[in-house]
Parts: sequence; C-alpha cells; structure tokens
Amino acid sequence: MPSTTQPPLADPVPIPPPKPFVSRLRHPSSRKTIYDRNLSRTQTTPTSLPAFAYLFNTLITHHHSQSGSVSEIETRLNRAGYPIGIKLLDLLLYRQQTATQRPAQRPTRILELLQFVHTTLWRALFNRTADALEQSTSKKNEYMIVDNEPVVNTYISIPREMSQLNCAAFIAGVIEGLCDAAGFAMEGVTAHWAHEQGVKAEEGAVVNEEMWPGKTIFLLRFGEGSVQRDDAIKAGGGG
Amino acid sequence: MSYYFSIIGTRDNPLFEHEFGTSKSGGDGVSRFREEARHMNQFIVHSSLDVVEELQWTNSGLYLKNIDRFQNNHIHCFLTGGNIKFLLLMNPDPTSTTYSAYPPTTPPRQHPSITSRQNTLLANNPSSAQTEEAVRQFMNEVYENWIKAIMNPFYIVNQPVTSPMFRARVAAAARKYL
Repeated sequence: MPSTTQPPLADPVPIPPPKPFVSRLRHPSSRKTIYDRNLSRTQTTPTSLPAFAYLFNTLITHHHSQSGSVSEIETRLNRAGYPIGIKLLDLLLYRQQTATQRPAQRPTRILELLQFVHTTLWRALFNRTADALEQSTSKKNEYMIVDNEPVVNTYISIPREMSQLNCAAFIAGVIEGLCDAAGFAMEGVTAHWAHEQGVKAEEGAVVNEEMWPGKTIFLLRFGEGSVQRDDAIKAGGGG
Repeated sequence: MSYYFSIIGTRDNPLFEHEFGTSKSGGDGVSRFREEARHMNQFIVHSSLDVVEELQWTNSGLYLKNIDRFQNNHIHCFLTGGNIKFLLLMNPDPTSTTYSAYPPTTPPRQHPSITSRQNTLLANNPSSAQTEEAVRQFMNEVYENWIKAIMNPFYIVNQPVTSPMFRARVAAAARKYL
C-alpha cells in the first residue's frame, strides 16, 4: 500500500542559514566619523592651488592617454566634474542656510538658477564671482557665463595642434551636474575660448582682447522641458 | 504613535527606510504598525510623490510641511536641493487604522493606558504648529546628516544608503524631536 503522506523532498544542496549582518565599517580610534565633522569648516580654509593643479594635470593626462580627439577629452572631463556638481548644490544650499539663519531657497526659475551659479557657486569654488552672465540673442534656451581667467587653467598649457581643447570643461561638468540636480534638464554645458588660441591679434585690434587671453565662455543649453516649465510658471504668475 | 520615514531618490526609488515610534511621554520608541502597514506605508508614501512634484515648482523653500493625508496617516515632506525627497508618514493611532475600503465591524479595543498616554502625545494634533515645528527640526537634522553622507566621493547619487552610522543618526534625531 503506498503511503498517503510523502516524505518531504530533500534539498539537493543544503542552503546555509543566513549569517547575521556584520558591519565592516571601520572606525578610527578616536571614534569620530564623517558625521561628526562640521560642514562649514572647509569653507574658510583655503585649498592649495598647486595640489589641485597636480591632481588636475594627472586627470587630463589620464584622459588624454585613453582617448584620441579633443572633443572626447572634453566629454570625459565633463563627466568627471558632473557628480561634484550634484553634491555641491546641496552643500551650498545648506551653507547658505547656516550662514543667514533663514531657510534656504531652492532655485526654481532659470534666472534664479543662473544667479546662483554666477555668484554662489563661483564664490565657493574660486572666491570671486563670475565675470558676466548673458543670454543668447539667437536661441532662447542658451545662456553664457563668462570667466576671464579660469583658475583651473592656470598651469595648463595647450599644444598648438589641440588648441581647441579647453580644460575648463571640467568646470562645465560641475555646472551641468548642479543644474541637473536642481531639476533643470540640460542639453549640455560646454566651455569655449572667447578668442582663438595660438593666433596673434592683428595690428589695431582692441586692447581688451589681449588683456584676458584665457577668457572662457561657458555655454549653458537648457532642454526644451525646462524652458517650457519656466514659461508656464511665469504665465501662471509664479514670478 | 508611529512613524515611517523614507528617503526617495530622483527616480522614485527608495534609498532609505526607517520605522519607529515616539519616544516622548514614556513611549518606548517602537512602532505600532499593523501587519498590513508594512507594505501599505510604502504605497501611501509613494502615492504622495505626485503631490510633491506639483508643489515643488511653486514653493521654493525646502520644507513642504504636511502635504497629504490618507485615512489617518499624515505625510510631511522635505525636499533637498538635489530633488531627493524625505517623506515622513505619521499615524497617531496605528492600531485602529484599517487600510481596506470597508469599515471594521467591531472597532479594535485599545488598552486604556495607551489611550491616556496618547492624549498628551504630539501626534494627537497632527496638524498643529507644534507638530510642524518638531517635524521641521527633525528634517533639518536629517538633512545635515544626509549632506555628510552624500559628500562621500564614493557615493553615487541614487544609490541606497547603507551606512549604519547614518541610520543611527536618524534614529537619534527621531528620539530627540519626535
């Protein structure tokens, strides 16, 4: 007579019981973690420019060895700066809040965002404001931020055959990350030389051009959705 | 009085969750949600994301206060600069909240000691100014810890936060303010 109850199926491979979670987090001997550090402490201490220049130099060399064309190097530098921009947005808003004791305001309109980049971001990174903020006359979604002498380009010299490369593409990446994190979809932020590099100005040219040979223009192109939303807010009386 | 705190990323993906109860007035800090609340809380919190997205473009502050209500659950929201949402669901009376559309035939009985204790608790007036203030302070403290957590150069945005220190800090803030 076959038995009506079947013995339970044996597991072909016995599964070991789950191990309790053991944290592999290491603590320094003073028991202080990153959560104990003050966020505003690095605001006052200056970072050393040579140290940054050395690191930036290595970064560019690394990307140059891995890619061929100028535009690819610029794209790689852009991608390198992108995550920094995202984190900077929150940090700067928090520092604003701590400094003025008023709750911070997120930039919700394009103009507010551009002012934020032009003053707050530049002050936090380079201790001065950017030099100009312009809107393009031809296209509605293009804005330009001008910097007469980007600090990151201080120790970078470009060979003649790559004269189009502007290493401020790294800063362009930071700007793009910040704008994306704020919710404004961007088509891209690129860095361009204001004057042609390696070409001597002809006689009788305006003196202004020679004063800032490294003048860089950051072109911010906002996506369709951001511009439409901005118009809708304005139409709705958001101000 | 129980709370469910969740951090939701820019792609509506949950990055962090924490359930707790109140520690004030002799509460023991353990949440008293029912069994079905485990998944219903997540549903309720995620459904209020629509409200957040509507509000975020007209209100330029970070703290959006009480934005939604569902059957005795109140939801408060804090929006970070990078569009990460901190959502706090508070339920003053979790044992009597039913999630089905039909009212219960017999209301579940509450132990008298719980009832008297709850009358003094913060959550009996979920929309009072005192509650808003307490939640705001809690959110600010979590915001500070959140910034410290994302400044980690190895942390990619929209990744779940697994640091036990962060969890401990959020729990400490909860004990302090809520």
